[in-house]
Amino acid sequence: MARKSLVLLSLLVLVIGVQLATSMTSTQYYLTQLTMSAYYAIVVIGLSVLMGYAGQISIGHAGFFAIGGYLSAALTTHNLIQFQESGVVKLLSSLGMIVTGQDLYGEELLVFVPWAACIVAIITAGVIAFVLGIPVLKLKGHYLAMATLGFGIIIYRIALASEYFGEADGISEVPGFTIFPALGDIGPVVVSGDFSGRVQNYYIAWCMLIIGLILLQNLINSRVGRALRSIHGSEEAAEAMGVNTARYKLYVFVLSAVYAAIAGVFLTHYNGGIGPSEASVMKSVRYVALVAVGGMANLWGVLIMGVSLTFLSLRGVFGSYDDAIFGVILIMIMLFAPEGILSIKLKGLFFRKNIRAKQEA
Amino acid sequence: MLELSSLQKNFGGLKAVDDVSFQVAKGTIKAVIGPNGAGKTTLFNCIAGNLAPTSGSIFFQNQEIKGKKPHQIAALGISRTFQNINLFHGMTALENVMVGRHIRSTSGFLAGMFSLPKSWKEEKKIQQRSVELLDILDLSKFAHVEATSLAFGQQRGVELARALATDPSLLLLDEPAAGLNIYETAEVARLITKIRDMGITVLLVEHDMSLVMDISDEIVVLSFGSKIAEDIPSAIQQNSEVIKIYLGEDEEAMA
Ligand SMILES: Nc1ncnc2c1ncn2[C@@H]1O[C@H](COP(=O)(O)OP(=O)(O)O)[C@@H](O)[C@H]1O
Ligand SMILES: [Mg+2]
Repeated sequence: MARKSLVLLSLLVLVIGVQLATSMTSTQYYLTQLTMSAYYAIVVIGLSVLMGYAGQISIGHAGFFAIGGYLSAALTTHNLIQFQESGVVKLLSSLGMIVTGQDLYGEELLVFVPWAACIVAIITAGVIAFVLGIPVLKLKGHYLAMATLGFGIIIYRIALASEYFGEADGISEVPGFTIFPALGDIGPVVVSGDFSGRVQNYYIAWCMLIIGLILLQNLINSRVGRALRSIHGSEEAAEAMGVNTARYKLYVFVLSAVYAAIAGVFLTHYNGGIGPSEASVMKSVRYVALVAVGGMANLWGVLIMGVSLTFLSLRGVFGSYDDAIFGVILIMIMLFAPEGILSIKLKGLFFRKNIRAKQEA
Repeated sequence: MLELSSLQKNFGGLKAVDDVSFQVAKGTIKAVIGPNGAGKTTLFNCIAGNLAPTSGSIFFQNQEIKGKKPHQIAALGISRTFQNINLFHGMTALENVMVGRHIRSTSGFLAGMFSLPKSWKEEKKIQQRSVELLDILDLSKFAHVEATSLAFGQQRGVELARALATDPSLLLLDEPAAGLNIYETAEVARLITKIRDMGITVLLVEHDMSLVMDISDEIVVLSFGSKIAEDIPSAIQQNSEVIKIYLGEDEEAMA
């Protein structure tokens, strides 16, 4: 327990340290990519619980990311003024979910507030994961991989084909997402790409990632986490021990989809837009590669690799071979280091931690 | 406690279990024996819900359990071990046993994620009970060793502890002594008697007759899916049909 807090504390110190270092060296432009990396890492740690711990693969998580991002973008940008007399719009307005505003050209705008859009987007992603998961999670191994891949392709084609989602251009001019309004002297907390909010957004993203990590760590170390690992270990035996394997697989699938959708929503408001590449199969493959390279059932490893490789990718280090690099990483890991490249170094650390935890208990 | 009537399981044209009926009385050890391929494991898989019987019925504590899922049957109080050891790989011996407590605990996803007091209090109890069970089976020194890396006999022990962790009222053991030497087999025999004395009814499958003769209260003999005899051990030993099957299949089996 103490060790776990210590590791978390060091991460916190590191996060703050990096921010201070960038401001001292006037290299704050790094914060932009670090913010984005943190959001992508949220997808990856969620997927790690699904793949590494519960042993169920998904090559469609970019789809859930896109559902979150696109829905939030569409709801906060598409003008509903022509429907203003409809009962639904009136009801939503009275609930404060839809507000009037003005666009850049001073025209009257009737759109969802980001809070409402965010909730709708995340719930929708969760419901879709639930409905998709019921039939699909009956499949195993390659068949499950193919089915989730198919889902990802469908979402990609929908994003690319539908006018509502902006076709090949995607959706832009997505407004900032005010998490907390201003309170007296304390300014508002807004997720947006505003230059002035760069430091704030860096901290928002990393807070979300760290909270997300803590929740998943708790889960893994709980009764449910053990049941999930037992499904990975032997589904037949897990079932014989009374684990409702179908339900647990479904719930963890929904959970990982919700993580992806949350990342999609926040990154979209941060970037001010979203495009079809976020829904592409290559993005899903990239997430799987990051989980694999981090060691699958290793939340810390997955987080570290997820952040660092995504950061390099966003800095353009891989150039036009970007997608290819992640494909190669996936193949290499599968061939030479199925436990992830951090497994060797981290093994000592984690092994000691386990013994400690057990002695304390 | 358990009542099978006219249970039938076909695999295509093969009648793996053919019109089998018998009862298991509470607090007894009942053994199902028969040569390889007689349908013993198939019978177990039908009871535990892993296979759907073709016809017939299975009553457990006066409740029809045919058609229920394995996890529902486990919740009702039937636990099992597997003929081919089926431990959770990637988990320690202790964690394996702790999974056995799953059905007797309730913390869900949210309780786990937010580490609610309910969750960790329950977790402590789960761990306590699991350590106790490993102790009973003399395996506590392997608690933190990955279960699948243990010696064969120890793996069987962990599987047994895991099955006991579910607090079963009926325990199904599929060839618990397979692959063990005579000392380990004697130890298993002692354990099974102990489990019965704890008030748990045991239904035991064995290929080898020598183990079951000593400890069983009653024996059912299967051959090619059909029940050919059901009696107390001393009578089974005298049964000419049983002797014929066993001598025909393998002379050593009677030794
Ligand atoms: N899943 C299955 N599909 C087809 N045939 C099976 C299956 N399981 C068992 N059998 C067949 O059923 C018969 C009984 O097998 P089993 O119950 O394993 O016997 P035992 O446990 O008594 O050795 C064997 O002939 C076996 O080949
Ligand atoms: Mg068998």
